[in-house]
Amino acid sequence: MLEAQKLAARRGLAKLFTGLSFRVGAGEALVVTGANGTGKTTLLRMLAGLSAPSAGEIRWNGQTTAPFDPVLRAALAFTGHLPALKDELTAEENLASLVALEGEAVTADVLRDALDNVALSRQRTLPARVLSQGQRRRVGLARLSLLPRPLWILDEPVTALDAAGAELLARIVAGHLVKGGIAVAATHAPLGLPAARVRPLALG
Amino acid sequence: MTAATLADTAAPNGLIWPAIRWAIARDLKLAMRSRAELGVQLLFYVIVVSLFPLATSPERNLLSTMGPGVLWVAALLASLLSLPRLFAGDHADGTLEQIALSPYPLAALVSGKIVAHWLTTGLPVAVLAPLLGLQYAMDGESLVVLTAALLVGTPILSLLGAIGAALTLGLRGSGSLLALLILPLYVPVLIFGAGAVDAARAGLGASANLSLLGAGLLVAMVGAPFAAAAAVRIALD
Repeated sequence: MLEAQKLAARRGLAKLFTGLSFRVGAGEALVVTGANGTGKTTLLRMLAGLSAPSAGEIRWNGQTTAPFDPVLRAALAFTGHLPALKDELTAEENLASLVALEGEAVTADVLRDALDNVALSRQRTLPARVLSQGQRRRVGLARLSLLPRPLWILDEPVTALDAAGAELLARIVAGHLVKGGIAVAATHAPLGLPAARVRPLALG
Repeated sequence: MTAATLADTAAPNGLIWPAIRWAIARDLKLAMRSRAELGVQLLFYVIVVSLFPLATSPERNLLSTMGPGVLWVAALLASLLSLPRLFAGDHADGTLEQIALSPYPLAALVSGKIVAHWLTTGLPVAVLAPLLGLQYAMDGESLVVLTAALLVGTPILSLLGAIGAALTLGLRGSGSLLALLILPLYVPVLIFGAGAVDAARAGLGASANLSLLGAGLLVAMVGAPFAAAAAVRIALD
Protein backbone atom coordinates (compact mmCIF):
# COMPACT_ATOMS: atom_id res chain seq x y z
CA MET A 1 0.00 0.00 0.00
CA LEU A 2 1.26 3.43 -0.94
CA GLU A 3 0.25 6.33 1.28
CA ALA A 4 0.96 10.04 1.18
CA GLN A 5 0.39 12.28 4.18
CA LYS A 6 0.10 16.03 3.78
CA LEU A 7 2.64 16.14 0.97
CA ALA A 8 3.82 19.53 -0.21
CA ALA A 9 6.05 20.60 -3.06
CA ARG A 10 7.46 23.93 -4.05
CA ARG A 11 9.41 25.11 -7.02
CA GLY A 12 11.51 28.07 -5.93
CA LEU A 13 9.12 30.17 -3.89
CA ALA A 14 5.97 29.05 -5.66
CA LYS A 15 3.95 26.30 -4.01
CA LEU A 16 2.96 23.55 -6.42
CA PHE A 17 0.67 21.72 -4.00
CA THR A 18 0.26 21.39 -0.24
CA GLY A 19 -1.55 19.05 2.12
CA LEU A 20 -1.86 16.27 -0.43
CA SER A 21 -2.97 13.01 1.18
CA PHE A 22 -4.04 9.79 -0.48
CA ARG A 23 -3.85 6.05 -0.14
CA VAL A 24 -3.58 3.52 -2.95
CA GLY A 25 -4.09 -0.15 -2.15
CA ALA A 26 -3.26 -3.37 -3.96
CA GLY A 27 -4.97 -3.64 -7.34
CA GLU A 28 -5.61 0.10 -7.57
CA ALA A 29 -4.28 2.75 -9.90
CA LEU A 30 -3.81 6.37 -8.87
CA VAL A 31 -4.38 8.44 -11.97
CA VAL A 32 -2.96 11.94 -11.54
CA THR A 33 -4.36 14.63 -13.82
CA GLY A 34 -3.84 18.36 -13.94
CA ALA A 35 -2.81 21.18 -16.23
CA ASN A 36 0.83 21.70 -17.23
CA GLY A 37 2.95 22.93 -14.36
CA THR A 38 0.67 21.74 -11.55
CA GLY A 39 3.28 19.34 -10.22
CA LYS A 40 2.34 15.95 -11.66
CA THR A 41 5.90 15.01 -12.50
CA THR A 42 7.16 16.47 -9.21
CA LEU A 43 4.66 14.31 -7.30
CA LEU A 44 5.65 11.18 -9.22
CA ARG A 45 9.36 11.81 -8.68
CA MET A 46 8.69 12.21 -4.95
CA LEU A 47 6.73 8.97 -4.81
CA ALA A 48 9.52 7.20 -6.71
CA GLY A 49 12.03 8.53 -4.20
CA LEU A 50 13.97 10.67 -6.66
CA SER A 51 13.38 13.84 -4.66
CA ALA A 52 12.32 14.74 -1.14
CA PRO A 53 8.94 16.36 -0.43
CA SER A 54 9.22 19.82 1.14
CA ALA A 55 6.69 18.68 3.76
CA GLY A 56 4.74 15.55 4.63
CA GLU A 57 5.69 11.93 4.28
CA ILE A 58 5.33 8.94 2.00
CA ARG A 59 4.69 5.45 3.36
CA TRP A 60 5.19 2.18 1.55
CA ASN A 61 3.42 -0.73 3.28
CA GLY A 62 3.20 1.33 6.46
CA GLN A 63 6.88 2.30 6.56
CA THR A 64 7.98 5.88 6.04
CA THR A 65 10.33 6.06 3.05
CA ALA A 66 13.24 8.42 2.46
CA PRO A 67 14.48 9.37 -1.02
CA PHE A 68 16.33 6.43 -2.65
CA ASP A 69 15.06 4.08 0.05
CA PRO A 70 16.40 0.58 -0.75
CA VAL A 71 13.11 -1.04 0.31
CA LEU A 72 11.14 1.15 -2.08
CA ARG A 73 13.73 0.72 -4.86
CA ALA A 74 13.35 -3.05 -4.65
CA ALA A 75 9.58 -2.72 -5.06
CA LEU A 76 9.47 -0.07 -7.77
CA ALA A 77 9.42 0.12 -11.54
CA PHE A 78 9.66 3.75 -12.67
CA THR A 79 9.13 5.13 -16.15
CA GLY A 80 9.97 8.79 -16.52
CA HIS A 81 9.64 11.35 -19.30
CA LEU A 82 12.81 10.00 -20.87
CA PRO A 83 12.84 6.48 -22.29
CA ALA A 84 16.30 5.60 -20.87
CA LEU A 85 17.39 3.98 -24.14
CA LYS A 86 20.94 4.05 -25.45
CA ASP A 87 21.10 5.08 -29.10
CA GLU A 88 24.11 2.85 -29.74
CA LEU A 89 22.42 -0.35 -28.52
CA THR A 90 19.70 -2.32 -30.31
CA ALA A 91 16.16 -2.49 -28.95
CA GLU A 92 16.86 -5.96 -27.62
CA GLU A 93 20.17 -4.98 -26.01
CA ASN A 94 18.53 -1.96 -24.42
CA LEU A 95 15.76 -4.09 -23.00
CA ALA A 96 18.21 -6.72 -21.72
CA SER A 97 20.35 -4.05 -20.11
CA LEU A 98 17.42 -2.27 -18.42
CA VAL A 99 15.97 -5.51 -17.09
CA ALA A 100 19.37 -6.68 -15.82
CA LEU A 101 19.82 -3.32 -14.08
CA GLU A 102 16.73 -4.20 -12.03
CA GLY A 103 18.40 -7.44 -10.97
CA GLU A 104 16.06 -9.66 -13.00
CA ALA A 105 17.55 -12.57 -14.90
CA VAL A 106 15.66 -13.31 -18.12
CA THR A 107 16.52 -15.50 -21.08
CA ALA A 108 16.83 -14.35 -24.68
CA ASP A 109 13.53 -16.08 -25.50
CA VAL A 110 11.70 -14.11 -22.83
CA LEU A 111 13.18 -10.87 -24.17
CA ARG A 112 12.11 -11.81 -27.70
CA ASP A 113 8.58 -12.61 -26.57
CA ALA A 114 8.34 -9.33 -24.68
CA LEU A 115 9.34 -7.40 -27.81
CA ASP A 116 6.92 -9.46 -29.92
CA ASN A 117 4.14 -8.54 -27.50
CA VAL A 118 4.71 -4.82 -28.05
CA ALA A 119 4.91 -5.33 -31.85
CA LEU A 120 8.63 -4.64 -32.11
CA SER A 121 9.74 -8.02 -33.46
CA ARG A 122 10.98 -6.43 -36.69
CA GLN A 123 12.83 -3.68 -34.85
CA ARG A 124 14.52 -6.07 -32.43
CA THR A 125 18.02 -5.73 -33.86
CA LEU A 126 17.78 -2.10 -34.95
CA PRO A 127 19.76 0.46 -32.98
CA ALA A 128 17.51 2.56 -30.74
CA ARG A 129 18.71 5.63 -32.68
CA VAL A 130 16.40 4.76 -35.58
CA LEU A 131 13.33 3.94 -33.48
CA SER A 132 10.44 6.41 -33.47
CA GLN A 133 9.29 8.02 -30.21
CA GLY A 134 6.36 5.64 -30.02
CA GLN A 135 8.58 2.62 -30.61
CA ARG A 136 10.90 3.82 -27.84
CA ARG A 137 7.87 3.95 -25.54
CA ARG A 138 7.00 0.42 -26.57
CA VAL A 139 10.44 -0.79 -25.47
CA GLY A 140 9.57 0.78 -22.10
CA LEU A 141 6.30 -1.18 -22.07
CA ALA A 142 8.18 -4.40 -22.77
CA ARG A 143 10.46 -3.57 -19.85
CA LEU A 144 7.50 -3.02 -17.51
CA SER A 145 5.97 -6.33 -18.55
CA LEU A 146 9.21 -8.09 -17.53
CA LEU A 147 9.57 -6.50 -14.08
CA PRO A 148 7.67 -8.29 -11.33
CA ARG A 149 7.44 -5.20 -9.13
CA PRO A 150 4.42 -4.35 -6.96
CA LEU A 151 4.62 -0.59 -7.59
CA TRP A 152 4.65 1.00 -11.04
CA ILE A 153 5.11 4.75 -11.38
CA LEU A 154 4.48 5.97 -14.91
CA ASP A 155 4.96 9.56 -16.03
CA GLU A 156 2.83 10.36 -19.10
CA PRO A 157 2.85 6.75 -20.32
CA VAL A 158 0.51 7.44 -23.26
CA THR A 159 2.70 10.14 -24.82
CA ALA A 160 3.76 9.29 -28.38
CA LEU A 161 1.89 5.99 -28.38
CA ASP A 162 -0.58 5.31 -31.21
CA ALA A 163 -4.08 3.90 -30.56
CA ALA A 164 -2.83 0.31 -30.62
CA GLY A 165 0.01 1.27 -28.30
CA ALA A 166 -2.35 2.95 -25.84
CA GLU A 167 -4.51 -0.17 -25.85
CA LEU A 168 -1.44 -2.27 -25.20
CA LEU A 169 -0.48 0.00 -22.30
CA ALA A 170 -4.00 -0.31 -20.83
CA ARG A 171 -3.82 -4.08 -21.13
CA ILE A 172 -0.39 -4.31 -19.48
CA VAL A 173 -1.32 -1.98 -16.62
CA ALA A 174 -4.69 -3.69 -16.10
CA GLY A 175 -2.90 -7.05 -15.95
CA HIS A 176 -0.57 -5.62 -13.33
CA LEU A 177 -3.55 -4.41 -11.25
CA VAL A 178 -5.34 -7.75 -11.51
CA LYS A 179 -2.23 -9.39 -10.06
CA GLY A 180 -2.53 -7.09 -7.04
CA GLY A 181 -0.03 -4.50 -8.22
CA ILE A 182 -0.25 -0.77 -7.64
CA ALA A 183 0.14 1.80 -10.40
CA VAL A 184 0.58 5.55 -10.21
CA ALA A 185 0.28 7.36 -13.53
CA ALA A 186 0.29 11.00 -14.51
CA THR A 187 -1.62 11.53 -17.70
CA HIS A 188 -3.52 13.94 -19.91
CA ALA A 189 -5.27 11.25 -21.94
CA PRO A 190 -7.56 8.63 -20.41
CA LEU A 191 -5.67 5.39 -19.75
CA GLY A 192 -8.58 3.06 -20.48
CA LEU A 193 -8.33 1.22 -17.17
CA PRO A 194 -11.37 -0.43 -15.52
CA ALA A 195 -13.14 2.41 -13.65
CA ALA A 196 -13.52 0.37 -10.47
CA ARG A 197 -9.75 0.21 -10.05
CA VAL A 198 -8.99 3.87 -10.75
CA ARG A 199 -8.56 6.43 -8.02
CA PRO A 200 -8.45 9.84 -9.65
CA LEU A 201 -6.33 12.67 -8.25
CA ALA A 202 -6.65 16.11 -9.82
CA LEU A 203 -3.85 18.59 -9.16
CA GLY A 204 -4.01 22.36 -9.51
CA MET B 1 19.48 10.88 2.09
CA THR B 2 21.86 9.87 4.88
CA ALA B 3 19.54 7.07 5.94
CA ALA B 4 19.41 5.69 2.42
CA THR B 5 23.17 6.01 2.00
CA LEU B 6 23.81 4.14 5.23
CA ALA B 7 21.31 1.46 4.29
CA ASP B 8 23.16 1.14 0.99
CA THR B 9 26.43 0.51 2.73
CA ALA B 10 24.74 -2.33 4.54
CA ALA B 11 23.40 -3.82 1.30
CA PRO B 12 23.94 -7.56 1.02
CA ASN B 13 27.27 -8.38 -0.58
CA GLY B 14 25.47 -10.47 -3.14
CA LEU B 15 24.26 -7.29 -4.83
CA ILE B 16 27.62 -5.56 -5.11
CA TRP B 17 29.44 -7.75 -7.68
CA PRO B 18 26.51 -8.11 -10.08
CA ALA B 19 26.11 -4.33 -9.95
CA ILE B 20 29.77 -3.68 -10.74
CA ARG B 21 29.68 -6.31 -13.50
CA TRP B 22 26.55 -4.80 -15.04
CA ALA B 23 28.05 -1.32 -15.16
CA ILE B 24 31.42 -2.44 -16.56
CA ALA B 25 29.85 -4.65 -19.23
CA ARG B 26 27.38 -1.99 -20.35
CA ASP B 27 29.82 0.90 -20.42
CA LEU B 28 32.45 -1.14 -22.28
CA LYS B 29 29.83 -2.18 -24.83
CA LEU B 30 28.79 1.45 -25.31
CA ALA B 31 32.44 2.47 -25.62
CA MET B 32 33.03 -0.18 -28.29
CA ARG B 33 30.01 1.11 -30.24
CA SER B 34 31.47 4.63 -30.21
CA ARG B 35 35.08 3.68 -30.84
CA ALA B 36 35.67 6.79 -32.93
CA GLU B 37 35.17 9.00 -29.89
CA LEU B 38 37.68 6.96 -27.88
CA GLY B 39 40.14 7.06 -30.75
CA VAL B 40 39.92 10.84 -30.94
CA GLN B 41 40.70 11.14 -27.24
CA LEU B 42 43.68 8.85 -27.51
CA LEU B 43 44.87 10.68 -30.60
CA PHE B 44 44.63 13.95 -28.67
CA TYR B 45 46.95 12.48 -26.03
CA VAL B 46 49.42 11.24 -28.65
CA ILE B 47 49.44 14.58 -30.48
CA VAL B 48 49.88 16.71 -27.35
CA VAL B 49 52.80 14.54 -26.26
CA SER B 50 54.35 14.66 -29.73
CA LEU B 51 54.09 18.45 -30.03
CA PHE B 52 56.53 19.23 -27.22
CA PRO B 53 59.69 17.78 -28.77
CA LEU B 54 58.87 19.70 -31.95
CA ALA B 55 58.30 22.98 -30.13
CA THR B 56 61.30 22.78 -27.80
CA SER B 57 64.87 21.73 -28.51
CA PRO B 58 65.97 18.32 -29.77
CA GLU B 59 68.59 18.23 -27.02
CA ARG B 60 68.51 14.78 -25.38
CA ASN B 61 69.07 15.87 -21.78
CA LEU B 62 66.36 18.49 -21.85
CA LEU B 63 63.89 16.12 -23.48
CA SER B 64 64.51 13.27 -21.07
CA THR B 65 64.12 15.67 -18.12
CA MET B 66 60.80 17.08 -19.21
CA GLY B 67 59.42 13.88 -20.79
CA PRO B 68 57.70 12.39 -17.71
CA GLY B 69 56.09 15.72 -16.85
CA VAL B 70 54.75 16.22 -20.36
CA LEU B 71 53.33 12.69 -20.49
CA TRP B 72 51.63 13.16 -17.13
CA VAL B 73 50.10 16.51 -18.06
CA ALA B 74 48.83 15.01 -21.32
CA ALA B 75 47.39 12.04 -19.39
CA LEU B 76 45.60 14.48 -17.07
CA LEU B 77 44.13 16.39 -20.00
CA ALA B 78 43.08 13.18 -21.78
CA SER B 79 41.32 12.05 -18.62
CA LEU B 80 39.62 15.42 -18.24
CA LEU B 81 38.50 15.37 -21.86
CA SER B 82 36.73 12.03 -21.42
CA LEU B 83 35.14 12.71 -18.02
CA PRO B 84 31.91 14.37 -19.19
CA ARG B 85 31.11 11.10 -20.98
CA LEU B 86 31.01 9.29 -17.63
CA PHE B 87 27.56 10.46 -16.49
CA ALA B 88 26.31 13.14 -18.90
CA GLY B 89 25.01 10.72 -21.53
CA ASP B 90 23.12 8.66 -18.98
CA HIS B 91 21.76 11.85 -17.42
CA ALA B 92 20.53 13.20 -20.75
CA ASP B 93 18.65 10.07 -21.84
CA GLY B 94 17.12 9.19 -18.46
CA THR B 95 19.26 6.11 -17.80
CA LEU B 96 20.79 7.75 -14.74
CA GLU B 97 17.34 7.84 -13.07
CA GLN B 98 16.97 4.13 -13.68
CA ILE B 99 20.49 3.52 -12.37
CA ALA B 100 19.76 5.50 -9.20
CA LEU B 101 16.43 3.68 -8.68
CA SER B 102 17.86 0.22 -9.32
CA PRO B 103 17.83 -2.17 -6.35
CA TYR B 104 21.61 -2.43 -6.74
CA PRO B 105 23.68 -0.14 -4.48
CA LEU B 106 24.38 3.05 -6.41
CA ALA B 107 27.99 3.26 -5.22
CA ALA B 108 28.64 -0.20 -6.71
CA LEU B 109 27.12 0.79 -10.06
CA VAL B 110 29.19 3.98 -10.02
CA SER B 111 32.33 1.94 -9.22
CA GLY B 112 31.68 -0.20 -12.27
CA LYS B 113 31.30 2.88 -14.44
CA ILE B 114 34.60 4.23 -13.08
CA VAL B 115 36.38 0.94 -13.84
CA ALA B 116 35.02 1.01 -17.40
CA HIS B 117 36.14 4.63 -17.75
CA TRP B 118 39.66 3.71 -16.66
CA LEU B 119 39.80 0.69 -18.97
CA THR B 120 38.89 2.88 -21.95
CA THR B 121 41.00 5.96 -21.11
CA GLY B 122 43.59 5.48 -18.36
CA LEU B 123 44.78 2.04 -19.43
CA PRO B 124 45.45 2.92 -23.10
CA VAL B 125 47.24 6.08 -21.94
CA ALA B 126 49.53 4.04 -19.69
CA VAL B 127 50.09 1.36 -22.35
CA LEU B 128 51.06 3.94 -24.98
CA ALA B 129 53.43 5.75 -22.59
CA PRO B 130 56.57 3.65 -23.25
CA LEU B 131 56.18 4.20 -26.98
CA LEU B 132 55.68 7.94 -26.62
CA GLY B 133 58.46 8.16 -24.04
CA LEU B 134 60.94 7.13 -26.74
CA GLN B 135 60.43 10.52 -28.36
CA TYR B 136 61.88 12.03 -25.21
CA ALA B 137 65.04 9.92 -25.26
CA MET B 138 64.06 8.28 -21.96
CA ASP B 139 66.05 5.21 -20.96
CA GLY B 140 64.56 1.80 -20.25
CA GLU B 141 64.32 2.14 -16.51
CA SER B 142 62.61 5.53 -16.74
CA LEU B 143 60.07 4.11 -19.17
CA VAL B 144 59.27 1.22 -16.84
CA VAL B 145 58.85 3.54 -13.85
CA LEU B 146 56.75 5.99 -15.88
CA THR B 147 54.43 3.22 -17.07
CA ALA B 148 54.11 1.80 -13.55
CA ALA B 149 53.33 5.26 -12.16
CA LEU B 150 50.70 5.82 -14.87
CA LEU B 151 49.14 2.42 -14.19
CA VAL B 152 48.75 3.28 -10.49
CA GLY B 153 47.97 6.96 -10.99
CA THR B 154 45.43 7.00 -13.83
CA PRO B 155 42.78 5.08 -11.81
CA ILE B 156 43.00 7.90 -9.23
CA LEU B 157 42.25 10.36 -12.03
CA SER B 158 39.13 8.39 -13.01
CA LEU B 159 38.00 8.08 -9.39
CA LEU B 160 38.43 11.76 -8.48
CA GLY B 161 37.11 12.80 -11.86
CA ALA B 162 33.91 10.84 -11.30
CA ILE B 163 33.12 13.04 -8.29
CA GLY B 164 33.62 16.17 -10.37
CA ALA B 165 31.65 14.78 -13.30
CA ALA B 166 28.72 13.93 -11.01
CA LEU B 167 28.84 17.30 -9.24
CA THR B 168 28.71 19.25 -12.51
CA LEU B 169 25.87 17.18 -14.02
CA GLY B 170 23.22 19.26 -15.70
CA LEU B 171 25.05 22.56 -15.25
CA ARG B 172 25.62 24.96 -18.10
CA GLY B 173 29.27 25.13 -19.14
CA SER B 174 29.89 22.04 -17.06
CA GLY B 175 32.99 21.13 -19.09
CA SER B 176 35.06 24.14 -18.07
CA LEU B 177 33.68 24.06 -14.53
CA LEU B 178 34.73 20.43 -14.30
CA ALA B 179 38.28 21.39 -15.28
CA LEU B 180 38.41 24.12 -12.62
CA LEU B 181 37.05 21.75 -10.01
CA ILE B 182 39.12 18.70 -10.78
CA LEU B 183 42.54 19.88 -12.02
CA PRO B 184 43.61 21.15 -8.56
CA LEU B 185 42.71 17.74 -7.11
CA TYR B 186 44.88 16.09 -9.76
CA VAL B 187 47.97 18.03 -8.64
CA PRO B 188 49.20 15.55 -5.98
CA VAL B 189 48.87 12.69 -8.49
CA LEU B 190 50.86 14.73 -11.00
CA ILE B 191 53.60 15.54 -8.48
CA PHE B 192 54.11 11.99 -7.25
CA GLY B 193 53.61 10.46 -10.70
CA ALA B 194 56.13 12.64 -12.50
CA GLY B 195 58.35 12.64 -9.42
CA ALA B 196 58.66 8.85 -9.54
CA VAL B 197 60.74 9.01 -12.74
CA ASP B 198 62.89 11.87 -11.39
CA ALA B 199 63.59 9.92 -8.21
CA ALA B 200 64.54 6.84 -10.22
CA ARG B 201 66.88 8.87 -12.44
CA ALA B 202 68.48 10.45 -9.39
CA GLY B 203 69.19 6.96 -8.05
CA LEU B 204 66.80 7.30 -5.10
CA GLY B 205 64.45 4.61 -6.34
CA ALA B 206 60.84 5.16 -7.33
CA SER B 207 59.32 3.06 -4.58
CA ALA B 208 58.48 5.98 -2.25
CA ASN B 209 56.58 7.83 -4.96
CA LEU B 210 54.87 4.70 -6.22
CA SER B 211 53.85 3.75 -2.67
CA LEU B 212 52.34 7.18 -2.12
CA LEU B 213 50.44 6.86 -5.40
CA GLY B 214 49.27 3.41 -4.30
CA ALA B 215 48.11 4.78 -0.97
CA GLY B 216 46.26 7.56 -2.78
CA LEU B 217 44.63 4.98 -5.02
CA LEU B 218 43.39 2.96 -2.04
CA VAL B 219 41.93 6.04 -0.35
CA ALA B 220 40.26 7.14 -3.57
CA MET B 221 38.86 3.63 -4.18
CA VAL B 222 37.21 3.63 -0.78
CA GLY B 223 35.88 7.17 -0.82
CA ALA B 224 35.25 8.30 -4.38
CA PRO B 225 32.43 5.90 -5.40
CA PHE B 226 30.36 6.96 -2.37
CA ALA B 227 31.01 10.65 -2.96
CA ALA B 228 30.18 10.32 -6.65
CA ALA B 229 27.01 8.33 -5.84
CA ALA B 230 25.88 11.06 -3.42
CA ALA B 231 26.56 13.70 -6.08
CA VAL B 232 24.53 11.73 -8.64
CA ARG B 233 21.57 11.68 -6.24
CA ILE B 234 21.84 15.41 -5.71
CA ALA B 235 21.92 15.94 -9.47
CA LEU B 236 18.68 13.98 -9.89
CA ASP B 237 16.82 15.81 -7.12
